Amino acid sequence: MMKVNYTAAMMTGNEAVAQGVKLARVKFISAYPITPQTTIVEKLADMVSNSEIDARYIEVESEHSAMAAVFASELAGIRSYTATSSHGLLYMHEMLHWVSGMRLPLVMSVVNRAIGPPWNIWSDQSDSMSQRDTGWLQVYCESNQEALDTILMGYRIAEDEKVMLPLMSMEDAFILSHTSEKVELPGQDDVDSFLPELKLGFKVDASNPLGYGSYSTPDGPFMELKRDMMESMWNSKPIIRKVTSEFAETFGRDYGGLTEDFMTEDADYIIVASGTVASTTRYVASKLRKEGKKVGVVRVRYFRPFPEEEIRKAVSGASKIGIIDRSVSFGGAGALSLEIRSALFRANGPDAVSFIAGIGGRDVREIDIKNMFRMLEEGNSGNIFINSGGVS
Amino acid sequence: MALSIPAEEYMDPGHTACHGCGATLAMRYVLKALGPKTVLSVPASCWAVIPGAMPSRTVRVTMVYTPFAATGASISGLREALDIRGDTDYNVVGFAGDGGTADIGFQSLSGAMERGHNVFYIMYDNEGYMNTGVQRSGSTPFGAETTTTPIGSRRTFKREPKKVVADMMVAQGVPYVATATIAYPEDLVRKVKAAQKIDGPKFFQILSPCPTGWYYPPEKTVEVSRLAVQSRMFPLYEYNMKHFRLSRPNKPITVREYIAGQDRFSHLTEQEIASLQDLVDERWNRLLQLEKDFP
Repeated sequence: MMKVNYTAAMMTGNEAVAQGVKLARVKFISAYPITPQTTIVEKLADMVSNSEIDARYIEVESEHSAMAAVFASELAGIRSYTATSSHGLLYMHEMLHWVSGMRLPLVMSVVNRAIGPPWNIWSDQSDSMSQRDTGWLQVYCESNQEALDTILMGYRIAEDEKVMLPLMSMEDAFILSHTSEKVELPGQDDVDSFLPELKLGFKVDASNPLGYGSYSTPDGPFMELKRDMMESMWNSKPIIRKVTSEFAETFGRDYGGLTEDFMTEDADYIIVASGTVASTTRYVASKLRKEGKKVGVVRVRYFRPFPEEEIRKAVSGASKIGIIDRSVSFGGAGALSLEIRSALFRANGPDAVSFIAGIGGRDVREIDIKNMFRMLEEGNSGNIFINSGGVS
Repeated sequence: MALSIPAEEYMDPGHTACHGCGATLAMRYVLKALGPKTVLSVPASCWAVIPGAMPSRTVRVTMVYTPFAATGASISGLREALDIRGDTDYNVVGFAGDGGTADIGFQSLSGAMERGHNVFYIMYDNEGYMNTGVQRSGSTPFGAETTTTPIGSRRTFKREPKKVVADMMVAQGVPYVATATIAYPEDLVRKVKAAQKIDGPKFFQILSPCPTGWYYPPEKTVEVSRLAVQSRMFPLYEYNMKHFRLSRPNKPITVREYIAGQDRFSHLTEQEIASLQDLVDERWNRLLQLEKDFP
């Protein structure tokens, strides 16, 4: 491992993200305020106003416009950034497709928040999970440090010529966004050698006038372009593994790749989780191990591209697995559960129980996760709501 | 007399517009005035289709296609990024239809104008959603039949007056606002060139008659455009925060004479035509007052 310079400080997840944006030498920021994303964009505006970052910042009239503005600036070859949450992300939906379809390597932060009604500002993953099919890479972070590091790795991965797709990085509302913990800030020189300047091959240029995204007939390149996006998603997997391991060598923090396994080798019962719930699940699993229970945890970092091989491999020896979803596809199951069940079905894998938990910020407690492991042991199946009563 | 319209062409033959398309002429004159260092942002509209399907394109400047509501924000992002690059001499131009401007794109237009980016926003006004088959927009005039305001047995033609976005932009305090139309290309080109000197947002509303949606013969487009001005259905003006200049028709005609050749108005009764004339007169008086306020 190389010797790197860094400073450490106590900071919230949102401040860590803003520090990551500064270190990534982002030059254009456009955003619209929404709780709990606001402290990211406030911090960035503050940095711009104090010349701590060499970037322009515009506050626009909606999230749809925020994404439209960074779409256009990125197309002009300028590394750009935006952040949002919840309804803001839903309002961007159309533009998300436009950005990925134009193959623009944007990075965006999403502070995961519930979708109303009723209004609720607390954490769950319904917002980002409903952007599953937009052609963006999706990373779910579990610490403030990871939130910062994912901005740096995110641009490297998105801008790789084999990928050229946008990436969204998720933080749990309040649990990360507004909670302080120790974060190491890498030195600018080290970041500069890790993340070179953006060189967009097809940027807007009056001396080479192009049409960007005109229209295609059914016999035109439309289907080929969509197929190419799918192939680039699959191609991004080795790039993600490579960049993650290069990041570990440079900065000393190893996030493992698309997933992180915890005591899965000999586990009978495994819970798959993402975001901060994964930390709690690991904590509970360590305790249960001391009681002699053979339990393990898989943390899903990347939901897109979906880490099918990693999950199959990690749970292949288990007799039953549980999946914690902080979102629900009404009439189906949790988004993560649907994907994992489909991956395991093809591999003749173990039965997978869907635990729907932590919706609208409902606490996912130690006791809840203990109950999940117990339910796996007792042979429960299906879709189970955790720590939730009925509506009266 | 020297030709005031540049001879250079930035459009090629082979585009897919309808015969007699006014919007095609609007683009042609705007590009002649602005020249090759121009980047267009075009949302869903007739103009998203006119240049042709991939990989062909009949416009010789950079064209960014955007979703319907994204024009104002996309020109904001383009302008800022080009300035960061040092390309401050590029013209950044949003080129959107009236539905994309008066209706779905209005929020984004208003925001972009308020922030003061150095951009052009050009609304080519064909008074309806023509690309999708002649539906009513906010910019459709009182009295017009469209496919979503069909006459039927209940006579459900458009009952509300035209929402004039240029007037709203004047009220918002946009640094340069002009109306123009394709029957007066010298006036159109002169206004675009005058606006080019202003470092800030510029808004144009260009009446672009549509034979397909207004139901008149395609060879009459320029004539219909001229009659719109002469009847004061579409007054030509220019506003630059200090002065408001309103062009007077040199051969004034009535609204009845303007609508006579367009089947979209053929169902109107005498009383309804009088109502339309009243709306036109009221707006004209408001514009005269603006001219007094900004001499």
